[in-house]
Amino acid sequence: MTQLRTRLLALAAATACMTGAAFAEELSIMASGGAWQDAQRKAWFEPFAKETGAKILEQEYLGDLGKVKAMVETGNVPIDLVTVETATVLQGCDAGILERLDYAKIAPRDKFIEGSALDCGVGLDAYGDILAYDPTVLKEAPTSVLDLFDTTKFPGKRAMRKFPAQNLEWALMADGVTPADVYKVLATPEGVDRAFKKLDTIKQDIVWWDAGAQPAQLLASKEVVMTTAWNGRIQNAIDTDKKPFKIVWNNQILEYDMIAIPKGARNPELAYKYLAYISEPKNNAKLASYITYGPVRTDAASFVAADALPKLPNAPDHLSGAYLVADTEFWGDYGEDLVKRFNAWLAQ
Amino acid sequence: MSALQPSELDRPTLARDRSAADADLKSVSAALRRAEFGDRMRSLLLAAPLLVLLALSFGIPIVLLLSRAVYDPTIADALPKTTAALTGWNGQGLPGDDAFVALAADLKDNQAKGTAYELAKSLNARLPGARSQVLKTVRKLESADGQAALGAIKSVPFWSAPSTWPTIQNGTRSLTSFYLLSALDLRWNADGGIERVPPEQAIFIQVFLRTFFVAASVTLATLILGFPLAYLIANVPKGLAAILIVAVLLPFWTSILVRTAAWTVLLQKFGLVNDFLLFIGVTGDRLDLMYSRIGLIIAMTHIQLPFTLLPIYSVMRTIPPSQMKAAYSLGARPFTAFRRIYIPQVFPGVMAGCMLTFILCLGYYITPALIGGASDQLISNFIANYVNVELNWEMAAALSFILLVFTLALFGIFARVLGLDRLKLV
Repeated sequence: MTQLRTRLLALAAATACMTGAAFAEELSIMASGGAWQDAQRKAWFEPFAKETGAKILEQEYLGDLGKVKAMVETGNVPIDLVTVETATVLQGCDAGILERLDYAKIAPRDKFIEGSALDCGVGLDAYGDILAYDPTVLKEAPTSVLDLFDTTKFPGKRAMRKFPAQNLEWALMADGVTPADVYKVLATPEGVDRAFKKLDTIKQDIVWWDAGAQPAQLLASKEVVMTTAWNGRIQNAIDTDKKPFKIVWNNQILEYDMIAIPKGARNPELAYKYLAYISEPKNNAKLASYITYGPVRTDAASFVAADALPKLPNAPDHLSGAYLVADTEFWGDYGEDLVKRFNAWLAQ
Repeated sequence: MSALQPSELDRPTLARDRSAADADLKSVSAALRRAEFGDRMRSLLLAAPLLVLLALSFGIPIVLLLSRAVYDPTIADALPKTTAALTGWNGQGLPGDDAFVALAADLKDNQAKGTAYELAKSLNARLPGARSQVLKTVRKLESADGQAALGAIKSVPFWSAPSTWPTIQNGTRSLTSFYLLSALDLRWNADGGIERVPPEQAIFIQVFLRTFFVAASVTLATLILGFPLAYLIANVPKGLAAILIVAVLLPFWTSILVRTAAWTVLLQKFGLVNDFLLFIGVTGDRLDLMYSRIGLIIAMTHIQLPFTLLPIYSVMRTIPPSQMKAAYSLGARPFTAFRRIYIPQVFPGVMAGCMLTFILCLGYYITPALIGGASDQLISNFIANYVNVELNWEMAAALSFILLVFTLALFGIFARVLGLDRLKLV
């Protein structure tokens, strides 16, 4: 809640500052705030500013593109770069509000992990959708994210993101679909029915979360016994707030954070320079030292600090069990429809 | 107006005949009307800056946004050749090869102009899964011309699926009822009639009903809590009344976000309310107040209380206590006096307060988002979702439009039954 409040305040402040963000060597970056933006500042904003002499203007937003769409449609785009989720990149690309990127100015496209270099967005980091729990509350340790669906072994409320993505995939996997077939099954109406039927079995026990900071709060206030979450947020609660939480990696879903250039940005050349800078393997690996999200360059692993490596979602240890890579094309296709169906299901 | 009586005007012309007097009267009242018209114009002129501001900042944007609900030219603009080729098609089976050729040409044009993605998204809103099919076809067409293009487009099964072409034909009409129908859980069926969407997709009617139900519950709760309090404030000595008013207004001066956040602290499972209930032994177990309908109604009632209370209080203040005493002295029992003397007089204030709260509740967004559970989201939450997350502003406009119509209709019924002039807003 404090998080949301700070964000809204920051949003107001950001709007107030916008008018001043138009000078040539200023790079205006809008990110979704919190511990993640702090990490980017230390890993990238500050070193880049030092190296190029450019001034970085930071803004915050809640991660939804409505604001950017309004900027592009009114022809007043005071930002040069915006961080987005993969599904949002596709949407923004389709709606014509994000620039289609020229990878010649960034880095060779084949050096990125598959699915992390898209037409309108380039990957920043890899994060995991994982299961977190508090071992002081839960006597027996869950061994897989799919234990969400086992209410006899793990009774009590569980928190899940109020969004169909990940939940439908986990529901199918819990129902016996192999990770390789998940999206094939989910593309059929029967598959969607099957996933919802599986979710039905635990519907009464679910508390839904919206903002990334909520899962840690829900665990801390003992509102739930386990929760799905983004790994970095939980790790942050463990490292910074000294919470006793534990992360379950088995059956995690891997996703990428993206950064994009909105159409009509005032300083696209500097924006490209920034993208090239953070896409260098050495720099790409730097973020992991400040938040536990992994690099997206295939050749960056060797640059990751030794103490950070074991906490990353794409560390070898965490990919030894079952895992799924989120299919952004699938969510671009069926996202809107499944969100509607999901909301209808929630309301029933 | 009433100062000029015909009899006074007529005094110097008593000798004249009646028709002349009538004519005079007419010219006087015409002059009066002119003068009144001038007055009205002058006051209108004074209010003009406000009216212009309202029109520019409120009226026009609302109309422009709402027009998106019925006007969506994306597909028609993107597929001009296909639109032409489909004009004679009856919507049965598949159209002729000329439509496929036209579509191939249109898709290539879109790729060249960089609008293929917008087309794909717009089509996808009507036909889930269309997005990747359009983009796939566009990529296939890059190296194909003429007959090869026809072959390429026919090799994608999507373009021969039964629902594809009727959807395209529907989409080529810029004036569309698609979004408004969707907002009412309706759709066109294959025979050109209107039908309900399947139950697992039907959502908005339920959400509208829920929104009205929550608004009505909150209105009733604020009335039950607010009426006695307003009575108390209106009937205690001035000093105490001032303190009570400040107590009512204090939360009114804090931001709605802060008040909502405060309620999450109170209502959560290990929060103060649960601690207290457990302590006094009302409940045996901790209640799920957060993320529930009851928690939402509690928080909204708290936020809305001043809106209901203040109009009631302002009316109660004007009722002299002597009236009730007079009723008693004439033999009325307390309840009869209350019912027949007091209630009719405070009624306009009650109605004004209730209507204010009811209409404000219809637009609640933050409180349901933070305190309500998944099945307690109101229509504003869905509108916000379509604006911010789905980027489907057409759907958002359609939902807003329906909400506006429902609200105005309710207001209309209300005004009809009770009479607008009886409303007293503060």
